[in-house]
Amino acid sequence: MPKITVPLGPQHPALKEPGSFMLSLEGEEIKDAVLRLGYNHRGVEKAAEARNYVQNIYLLERVCGICSHAHATAYVHNVEEIAQLEVPQRAKAIRMIVGELERLHSHLLWLGVAGHEIGFDTLFMYSWRDRELVLDALEEISGNRVHYSMNSIGGVRRDMSNEQIKKVLGILKTLEKRIKYYITVGTEESTILARTQGVGVLPKDEALKRCATGPQGRASGVDRDVRRDNPYLLYDKVDFKVITQDSCDVFGRLVVRALEMVESCKILKQVLENMPSGDIAVKAPIKIGPGEAVNRYEAPRGEDIHYLKANGTDVPARVKVRAPTLANFESVAYMLEGDTLADAPLIIAAIDPCFSCTDRMSLVQTGTGKSGIMSFKELRAYSIEEYKKKGIDFSKL
Amino acid sequence: MARPLRAWRELVKNLFRKHVTGQYPHTKPVIDKNYRAKILFDANKCIGCNICVRNCPADAIKIIQVNQDEKPTEVDGKTIPAKRKFKCVIDLAKCVYCGQCTDGCPVKALSSSQDFELAHFNREALIDEMKHPYETESKKK
Repeated sequence: MPKITVPLGPQHPALKEPGSFMLSLEGEEIKDAVLRLGYNHRGVEKAAEARNYVQNIYLLERVCGICSHAHATAYVHNVEEIAQLEVPQRAKAIRMIVGELERLHSHLLWLGVAGHEIGFDTLFMYSWRDRELVLDALEEISGNRVHYSMNSIGGVRRDMSNEQIKKVLGILKTLEKRIKYYITVGTEESTILARTQGVGVLPKDEALKRCATGPQGRASGVDRDVRRDNPYLLYDKVDFKVITQDSCDVFGRLVVRALEMVESCKILKQVLENMPSGDIAVKAPIKIGPGEAVNRYEAPRGEDIHYLKANGTDVPARVKVRAPTLANFESVAYMLEGDTLADAPLIIAAIDPCFSCTDRMSLVQTGTGKSGIMSFKELRAYSIEEYKKKGIDFSKL
Repeated sequence: MARPLRAWRELVKNLFRKHVTGQYPHTKPVIDKNYRAKILFDANKCIGCNICVRNCPADAIKIIQVNQDEKPTEVDGKTIPAKRKFKCVIDLAKCVYCGQCTDGCPVKALSSSQDFELAHFNREALIDEMKHPYETESKKK
């Protein structure tokens, strides 16, 4: 049988963001997959070097629309570590509440997208309806539905009133019922089982070899969670379980995410019922450092790593972001091999990809054996030259 | 037999449920009073410290002095320079509505409103110029 190469992306109705998947097919079966990123590069890390520490909170929050609090908190942790600021307990609790609500929102959104990819659009409608409840809670606490902007250097920007706490607890009660319903639907509904069981298999040893993190790794039996293994905020004071599954397929990822929502509700209840009192922020200096810091944060999609180098001025010397999708992306090629073309969108969606978070620039010049750092001017001249070869002139921009 | 029955039960329940989605332009959504939308400016309070300009992540806000030509007054033989007066110009197309300017303002001259319907066909209409009363008064003169 002749091999056919089918390009899935960079622009494709099955993908929510641009990423390229070149699939070599033999009949319906995928024999080989070549993945390519880089269609959504925004230069966030470089832009961060031109802004002060306060401006950078909002810039790094926009690395991702869904894990916005995760990126902002990881960055703020770094700044606080270098400046040696003691964050008040109440601020930590509020950060945790927003973080866990964000996880609920992200997992409900993923459940909807997975339902849509499976062809079960009722599940998509139901779970996005309930996601609206979480977004309402976030709007009430922070003042926005998606970019919460709760962090400031040294604490949080807004306090939570008793009425807000009561309202969020009420929303959680409704959500718990709904999540239970989704768990029954997800584990009993024959259409879901038929589309997810045995699809996109990633064994534990492969998951470890390819550095899978978050729900993707936990569904392959990798028992890792930053919240438990390297606790930040108040995670060492709350009781929760790290959910793992051994089925290693898309079904396992669905179950892990559904059960993680139950755990998130449990964490939220514990924090909301025992809110520490006191200040919500300490005063932060304008100039930070010099110093370096690395911090990890368990974002809804997996482990998020931030690095910060400060040089004593009001702007950072270097910011580095390792978004969780970059870690999970490596395993997609393995999962696609051996599955059918019809399952490809679902397998890609199962890692909960966010390509624009992941896109980073690295320059590799093959053959010359040279390595070095390019300045912005050199990089610009190089890119103009490259595009001229393709017939596009950017020199006037 | 159990599955079709369950589906029917869900269907009948949904017949009597209220709509979750709102009919947006006809019925306005309920916006929380904490919501951060269009920024309002109180010209009489502004002292021109420029903290908002320095910390704006989108470079959207400008504070401009409007009374450079105002002459100093003389009281008991002493010349007292005129109090500096400022207007605020916000580019609503650039603004990300984070509300950092309202948080950082030491005299609370800036505040967030709940006005979220800001879309416009014309880019220039998005430049929101909040004048100081002095400007309009001096023009009348």
